[in-house]
Amino acid sequence: MDQPIVSIENVAKHFGTVKAVDDVTFDIQQNEFFALLGPSGCGKTTLLRMIAGLEVPTGGAIVIDGQDMAATPPNHRPVNMVFQSYAVFPHMTVEENVAYGLKVTGTPRSEIGPRVTDALGMVQLAELAKRNPDQLSGGQRQRVALARALVKRPKVLLLDEPLSALDAKLREQMQLELSHLQQRVGITFIIVTHDQDEALSMADRIAVMNDGRVTQIAAPDTLYENPTTRFVADFIGKVNLLDGRVVGTEGERVAVEADRLGRITVPHEGDASGDVSLVVRPEKITLANTEPDGDVIKSQGKVTDWAYYGDTSHMFVTMDSGLVMSAKVQNTTRETVDNFDVGDTVWLSFSPSDVLLLRE
Amino acid sequence: METWKQSKAVFWTLATPGTLWLAIFFVAPLAIIWGLSFAEKTSIVDTEITGTLSNYIRALGTPVYLKIIWKSIWISALATLMCLIIAFPIAFVVAFAPDKWKPILLMAVILPFWINLLIRTYALISVFRTRGFVNFGLEWLWDGANSILAFIGLGPAVLGAFEPLQMLYNNFAVIAGLVYVYMPFMVLPLYATIERLDKSFLEASLDLGASQARTFWSVVFPLTMPGIVSGIILVFIPCLGSFLTPDLLGGTNATMIGNVIERQFKAANDWPFGAALSFLLMYATFGALALRSLFAGRKSGMEV
Amino acid sequence: MSEIAGTNKAASPGGRAIAGPRGRRMTIGPLEYGRRFWLRCFVAATFLLLYAPIFTLIIFSFNDSRRNIVWRGFTFKYYEKAWNNDGLFEAFTNSLTIAVLTTIIATILGAMVALLLWRYRFPGKPAYEGFMALPIVIPEICMGVAMLAFFSRIGWPSGMPWPLNLSAITIAHIAFTFPFVAIVVRARMAGFNRELEEASKDLGASEWQTFMNVIVPFMRPGLIAGALLAFTLSLDDFVITFFTAGPETVTFPVKVYSMVRFSVTPEVNAASTALIVITVLATIVAMRFQTPDKTEAT
Repeated sequence: MDQPIVSIENVAKHFGTVKAVDDVTFDIQQNEFFALLGPSGCGKTTLLRMIAGLEVPTGGAIVIDGQDMAATPPNHRPVNMVFQSYAVFPHMTVEENVAYGLKVTGTPRSEIGPRVTDALGMVQLAELAKRNPDQLSGGQRQRVALARALVKRPKVLLLDEPLSALDAKLREQMQLELSHLQQRVGITFIIVTHDQDEALSMADRIAVMNDGRVTQIAAPDTLYENPTTRFVADFIGKVNLLDGRVVGTEGERVAVEADRLGRITVPHEGDASGDVSLVVRPEKITLANTEPDGDVIKSQGKVTDWAYYGDTSHMFVTMDSGLVMSAKVQNTTRETVDNFDVGDTVWLSFSPSDVLLLRE
Repeated sequence: METWKQSKAVFWTLATPGTLWLAIFFVAPLAIIWGLSFAEKTSIVDTEITGTLSNYIRALGTPVYLKIIWKSIWISALATLMCLIIAFPIAFVVAFAPDKWKPILLMAVILPFWINLLIRTYALISVFRTRGFVNFGLEWLWDGANSILAFIGLGPAVLGAFEPLQMLYNNFAVIAGLVYVYMPFMVLPLYATIERLDKSFLEASLDLGASQARTFWSVVFPLTMPGIVSGIILVFIPCLGSFLTPDLLGGTNATMIGNVIERQFKAANDWPFGAALSFLLMYATFGALALRSLFAGRKSGMEV
Repeated sequence: MSEIAGTNKAASPGGRAIAGPRGRRMTIGPLEYGRRFWLRCFVAATFLLLYAPIFTLIIFSFNDSRRNIVWRGFTFKYYEKAWNNDGLFEAFTNSLTIAVLTTIIATILGAMVALLLWRYRFPGKPAYEGFMALPIVIPEICMGVAMLAFFSRIGWPSGMPWPLNLSAITIAHIAFTFPFVAIVVRARMAGFNRELEEASKDLGASEWQTFMNVIVPFMRPGLIAGALLAFTLSLDDFVITFFTAGPETVTFPVKVYSMVRFSVTPEVNAASTALIVITVLATIVAMRFQTPDKTEAT
């Protein structure tokens, strides 16, 4: 692969004593759909704004397409941004908004018209070209913002929480549209989001941030199944987190004394010792009325709580030891919900290979 | 909010005193003046309302007065423009200042406004006088330049004697005085509008490639127009009716409508004429306000 | 300023970035206007020009020189002179009296109008609001001559004993200050949570009790700010007072005006400085009362 399109090198941003971004280093490849994911206040938006040039880093360097951006103000960078509030100029029509970026950089008049039409076509807004922004819905205004940015043919498109203002149905639709758009246009997209579903479904790679630092960068499935820290395991998806201590090895497996679950053996690559965290995803857990056999880790308990989501149910099972674990049950038949009731005694089991051992 | 019918007693109790006060001690006096503007002097002290338009005709027809009206308009317009040019950067800086600085900066801008108009205008006299501070300062610089030139050998007093600038008792002084006095009036509405502006608009404009200057003209200026119009009206109208500033700073060279009106009611004792002039001022005021609401109505979709 | 980047696109073989054409690192964010050098200079210069005349006036009130052009030495004697100047003192007392009376009545009237506009819908409300705003928009000189014509037309008695001789001026002052009070109080009431009132009634309080125990305490900062505004406006007023005052009643600004026209002595500066100090103190106190907004609103 040739050189990365964006290089973040030891970038930091301090606001007084607050370290919004604390020594972050990573690369973003060309034509990637990259996501910055994390809870509010983790620094992801600040980092995005520094790439755009709207904030000046306190330390470190941002390199875009081989050029250090330290002396380049936002109006001269080969990147464009779609703002969270869309920032569609209210005193211009849709057309004028989209043409703005071309006009101010001296694009010849003859070229502006066709390019604007193309951009509007790309976001399916061609018929609304002459409308005023106050006549548009939120979703439509977002498309104007998209077209306005894309018409400039930037090397990187930055999107700040693009879907947060949309309702659920529209959000799903836009997730797909953005993915398709990115593939069609063939440029790098960097989005900032706090919604892990968004990140998981749209991005090629995700950087999970917390407290100004990047905790892990990986593809969605890697992040989900192989989180490297407790924070990432907890932040992405639902999870059962158990504490444990490594007590020895058993053949190829590691023996762990799991808190309130007992002694279990788990396959693990590499060294493991001392205090560890055990990660078990709820969908890997099976609930049954009878005791399961085979190479499974199992425990009996009572169903104490139940959240119904229509297509799935989330069951909370409390063991005698006091440990509570959650299991995801697919409502595969229309009678599945009748299988378990609150108060029922159930057997909870999962395969040892579905347990992830984390060193903290 | 309730309709007035829900508690009539309370409604009328609250409504009556204020309304009565304004009706008796504000509207009635203005009505009297309005009537007076159509009156004629029957003797040195008496006037009679005859419905004549002679006062208005005299105000708008006589070259002397027309000239004064015209001068008042252009002096006020110039002062307003200068206020706008100076106030905008100030309002901008305060609006974009860190939050803890904003109240302090605003206080600093408003404080002079609270100081008596008379005192502020008077303070300018000692600054602008022939033997005042600006001239002192300039003289000092002039002499200094002379000394330096003499020092390098161009001979003594090459620049000649210092001619103090005549900065008082002319149009310049009045305009400067008006700008000095009314500047805070322009900063406040500008600040309010800029503050409310979504900063993303500026960031979006920059992100799309516009320079700071272009961003200002294409984005900031149109979107802050309501505030600009408010500020202009808040400054232009008092300027138009100002009397103290031209009186103290303008001398006989820079008479404005306000001075003429004052003279009619005091020295010249021609109340009908003064009344007509006053009402012309009022009509101008109402005209400006009407223009403003027309403007606000048209651009209501833009209210950010 | 910056220029077009992108002229130097090639990366060096080692993959390290090449700096932009000008090479000067930016330290100020694009919207941090308050940190830009020339803007800072401009603002500083403006503040300097705004305050310099006032400070010079204050400083020169201590000048030991009759003609007050060149600094000759520090003295308080012109303050003494001003203090002992009977005419000035009387004028000051008059102004203070008028201001106090105006403040009391204008605050009450203004609060009533504010409550009215805040609480009730009624036909012609926009017109009424315009009506209330008239004294604020009309040029002062129009109002001044109007009051003069009014009082002479209805034959307002002159030569009355103090304080009745101040009545005409006071009435005029009240008329033009209470709309300002109304605006301030109304702005304050806009932040009132109606549920507080509803809760009070729900707990059994009557209209009057709710008014005194819930609404008035909330209104208080607005009332104080409005009162101080009325006080300052009245104390400082020149134009309206100038026209409304009879020949024997002189207020402070009017007296200072005649002194200024007559001669420019440090006495005038001293009197002016005294007025400035009072005004500034009143303003600062008003500002202080404005800030506890947030804590009281809930």
